[in-house]
Amino acid sequence: MSVEQVGPRAPADGLFIAVEVEEWAVRDRELAAKLAEVCPVDIYHAGARGIEVVREHLDECVLCELCLNAAPPGAIRVIKRYDGDAPLRA
Amino acid sequence: MRFFEYESRVVTAKVGIPVTRHGLAKTADEARRIAEQIGGPVVIKSQVLSGGRMKAGGVKFADTPDEAARHADQILDLEIGGHMPRGVLVDDRAPLRREYYAGVVWDGIRKLPVMLFSDMGGIDIEEVAQTHPDRVVRVHFSTLRPVSDWQAKQLITSLGISGSALNRLTPIVARLARLFLAYDMTLAEINPLGELQDGSFVALDAHMEMENEARRRQHALLHELGVGDEETRLAREPTAFELAGEQVDAQDHRGVAGNVTEFDGDLGLVIGAGGGSLTLFDAVRAHGGRPANYCEIGGNPSVRKACGLAKLVLEKPGVDKIAVMMSIVSNTRVDIVARGVIKACLELGYDPAEKIAIFRIPGAWEDEGFKILRRYGVQYADRTVSLHEAARRAVESIGQGPMRSSEAATADGAAA
Repeated sequence: MSVEQVGPRAPADGLFIAVEVEEWAVRDRELAAKLAEVCPVDIYHAGARGIEVVREHLDECVLCELCLNAAPPGAIRVIKRYDGDAPLRA
Repeated sequence: MRFFEYESRVVTAKVGIPVTRHGLAKTADEARRIAEQIGGPVVIKSQVLSGGRMKAGGVKFADTPDEAARHADQILDLEIGGHMPRGVLVDDRAPLRREYYAGVVWDGIRKLPVMLFSDMGGIDIEEVAQTHPDRVVRVHFSTLRPVSDWQAKQLITSLGISGSALNRLTPIVARLARLFLAYDMTLAEINPLGELQDGSFVALDAHMEMENEARRRQHALLHELGVGDEETRLAREPTAFELAGEQVDAQDHRGVAGNVTEFDGDLGLVIGAGGGSLTLFDAVRAHGGRPANYCEIGGNPSVRKACGLAKLVLEKPGVDKIAVMMSIVSNTRVDIVARGVIKACLELGYDPAEKIAIFRIPGAWEDEGFKILRRYGVQYADRTVSLHEAARRAVESIGQGPMRSSEAATADGAAA
């Protein structure tokens, strides 16, 4: 499993889905734990330095928006790369 | 799953159907001992899960125990239909007055079991049904209500059998029907069902097949018969391709992307949905296509699983393109399957637009799925295109070059 720290300048990319986390939210360990709990396909990992994204799981994203609901507004962006980089929730 | 004859005999006897004296021998000496115990002419039968035993020399008659041992020795070394025998059945060669047939099979069209009976036993029942259709009678019965002797009696009577023979045959046929239900069989037949000189009846051969999915429920029976969990009892050993398909499906718990069967064609199939895979496979063949495989996809498999299955099929030698087709899906997401098959193409260095002959999966999340397919230029069809037509287009794509522009426009237009 390869996890990576994410931020606005370095989004985690899958073939179909990308995730961006705002810099102010990346090191929020409480948010990281919450995201790891709600994501049904284990895209988020609560790492020592906060939110980490499991790259291999990105394309399993089922567009459920649970991560967007769990995070403060604007903290996370889920991007549909196959749809002109449209955000999951505008 | 299929049972050996010696196992079918155990099941038959278990429900009170008379069987001839017999024994399973794994050596010539054992065959001699069993023949001595029977004390008369015997039949030596190879125990293989394959038809055509008689023609292959796997059934021989012996008048003495020594002759039985000699035949057993030969038959134990005889491969039939690619199978070596598990042993030989040494069976009492009872003098017969007449041979009958009794069977129960599952009627997939009526969705009911059907009892079959004929007074022309000892030969292939399909042949009898074809050459003497008036000599085979049948009646469907419920899987919910208990089987009554009366139903069996009516069946046998319809062949004009009466008196003592009717009274003796009735419980045998009724018990066979009850056995069929109790042990989740898909086939239970006694052929021949012999009428002995004294007017009694006895099962001379039995053939049983059980629903594979019933293995867990029928664990006690299988344990009693000595059938291990590792015994697949399939018609043939799975190929490396099929085993790889099992591994793909076992990757995670989500959905199904497996049940792969290998064929030798050039059109790879990623198909499924509540019988859709069988329909699509037949449709491809009906249009002159040559499937490279059969498989089943459904229940919302993960992208990884769909990708793994598509890669397996794409990598099969001789496969030119894959057709990704399902009926209208509600419990499988179109976008997830689309992601999986496109990912498979890209990871193998193929252009999805070239390698996917057609993608015809309408249903849940189809709008997202069609966006993905458009993004990669894959020909797709929505629910306005029938399974049959989708299969035709897939076959045409393989055999006669790219799809006609008017059809491509239909696919694009339908999703627009």
